[in-house]
Amino acid sequence: MFKALLARARQGHRTARYPAQPPSLPPLFRGRPVLDPAKCVAGCARCVESCPTGALQVSEAGPELDLGRCIFCGECADVCPADAIDFTQDWRLAASERADLVLTGDGEPRVAALRHELRRLLGRSLRLRQISAGGCNGCEAEVNALGNVVFDASRFGIDFVASPRHADGVLVTGPLTANMKEAALRTYEAVAEPKLVIAAGACAISGGIFRTHPEACDGIADLLPVDLYIPGCPPHPFTMLDGLLRLLGRL
Amino acid sequence: MSGFLSTGNAMPVALSALPVRPLDAFRGEVLSALGDGRRLLLLSGLAQTTVGTQLLAALADDTRGEIGLVSTIVADSYPALTPDWPAAHYFERELYEQWGVRPEGHPWLKPVRFPRGGPAIGEVEFFRVSGAEVHEVAVGPVHAGVIEPGHFRFNCHGERVLHLEISLGYQHRGVEAALRGGPDKRSIHLAETVAGDTSAGHATAYCQLIEALSGTLCSPRAYSLRVVALELERIANHIGDLGALAGDVGFLPAASYCGRLRGDILNLTAMLCGSRLGRGWIRPGGVAHEPGAEILHELRRGLAEAERDMRNAVDLLWKSSSLRARCENTGTLTGRAALDLGIVGPPARASGIDRDCRRDFAAALYQGRAPAVAVGDGGDVFARAMQRWREIENAIGLLDRLLGEPGEGDPLAPVETLMPDSIALSLVEGWRGEILHLATTDAAGHLAYYKIIDPSFRNWFALAIAMRGQAISDFPLCNKSFNLSYCGHDL
Repeated sequence: MFKALLARARQGHRTARYPAQPPSLPPLFRGRPVLDPAKCVAGCARCVESCPTGALQVSEAGPELDLGRCIFCGECADVCPADAIDFTQDWRLAASERADLVLTGDGEPRVAALRHELRRLLGRSLRLRQISAGGCNGCEAEVNALGNVVFDASRFGIDFVASPRHADGVLVTGPLTANMKEAALRTYEAVAEPKLVIAAGACAISGGIFRTHPEACDGIADLLPVDLYIPGCPPHPFTMLDGLLRLLGRL
Repeated sequence: MSGFLSTGNAMPVALSALPVRPLDAFRGEVLSALGDGRRLLLLSGLAQTTVGTQLLAALADDTRGEIGLVSTIVADSYPALTPDWPAAHYFERELYEQWGVRPEGHPWLKPVRFPRGGPAIGEVEFFRVSGAEVHEVAVGPVHAGVIEPGHFRFNCHGERVLHLEISLGYQHRGVEAALRGGPDKRSIHLAETVAGDTSAGHATAYCQLIEALSGTLCSPRAYSLRVVALELERIANHIGDLGALAGDVGFLPAASYCGRLRGDILNLTAMLCGSRLGRGWIRPGGVAHEPGAEILHELRRGLAEAERDMRNAVDLLWKSSSLRARCENTGTLTGRAALDLGIVGPPARASGIDRDCRRDFAAALYQGRAPAVAVGDGGDVFARAMQRWREIENAIGLLDRLLGEPGEGDPLAPVETLMPDSIALSLVEGWRGEILHLATTDAAGHLAYYKIIDPSFRNWFALAIAMRGQAISDFPLCNKSFNLSYCGHDL
């Protein structure tokens, strides 16, 4: 007992002061990309060719980057001869509308807070059932990190629960494999109305790196009514926390 | 190994040199070499020919770091190896599922991943125990926590588990098929997402294979930085799992500290490459980011601090009598069973099997700097927990030596096209154990066949064996002590 108390003193208080203070992220962190169409070289499509998930397009108006497909590998920024693409330190990536994930310049995705009635219904808690549906377990690892003492999502009333019957919604990760489709949809059905759907990670939003694989469904966007899209491969825990807090109208 | 083509880790050979033996000779030579102490690395289909399916067997001589390859061609069936050599059982189930070749005499060819065109997932017969008071507990595919999907079926008598059936495939997303025809711009990202918690492990296995097939040599510095990525991944996962074990017995102080420390190690990885999982770092030819002296200094400082806190946290674990009472003599995997089933990684070493790719198949990556291999005994949950900690200590020792002398050279060497009509294997000791990638190239130097064996593929059955005779309430502990990958198995 005494040893446990000593260890407690030694290990200290580690919870991040987020959102009162911005998170501390490493200099190489690849967050929200900013595009500069003015720098774009006419006829050059190197970024498009380098992108492993088809997240980039170039039209006369300049480059267009779909955060829903982006895996934040940074290849496009590396090959761009004009430095027209820059991955910033901005961890705030979530959006309520799929279309808002398509960036054209230095735009930012937007999250609309839930309707007042729904927020009143939820009160100060949000209970989510996580559905893992065919990814690489990277998103799941970062969802789990939300529960550790650093991110500590439960201090905002956000918790992950064991039963869909206890949940206010589902948070789905993975491209939704054919083998998980039935189980995932039935889990969603088991959540009582009204319910939320959150697509976390490039796979759940668009299929990610597994897009077009016949073994998977290219994400859940066409199958479930998504309320919140959280881009990333995987999304940083702060990116998830930011999206969830915005959805709840807390930011 | 007579009759075999001898090669090594990341040493390509011409496909034309691969012996194609008559079936009887193939079986005889493989079984005789296994009986002489060689280890079954792989048994798989390799190619469809006009006269049948070409089967490849790869055997390891762990003491000499040699790999022997031999092949045969079978029509639609052959006498199974499993009755003579149990470690072949899962490979033969996979062979039947992927190539339609029936290993006659195999005890039960249950589906492995339920790929398209086969039986629907879940529609399968399970091993059943019958009798008065015997009951089944079915769990999954959607589990209670934030966990990947899989189906577990416990045959129980009261609280006691007589047998556990594990049925996977829910994460099957076609990774191997997508790698064939490459390498292309998606390949490295597919390698990084074979198992997210092993991004560095699988990316390294892929890159080592591509470099072997293209004759690329990385700089000493690039190899050093890959070792840094691999060892950080090892430390992060092991300390995280020790915390999860503490959480499962309700010992929350250690659970909290270890959970936080896992994140601290991931943050060190992110400091080096921008991604907590080490993505976007390891690339064919070397590494994409080269940290400066200041960052490496910061890394050593961060590691030293984390080591102090980890020692403090796990010390609580070892001194907690209630934790020891739950873990000791729980979920024992005997050394005999570990050998018979071909188990790899920390669970094998915790059962007394002295085997580690970093020493036995060092290649350029670990040449001259293989860490001390910790070998435990007992094979129970406690032994596996202690094994994780000893591997953390060894990894920290290795990093300490390495960061003092990280070597010189360009971070990224140019990679030429792949040699045509060749075959190569790549072995990397990931945190879960031996990762194997195998590829053949076609006449144009494209990847004709690509095969991945995550350590989980070998080890899932060991969890079922370790659960026999255990209380069902000890399953979470047993499971966590192995912490196997669903996505790495399902591919």
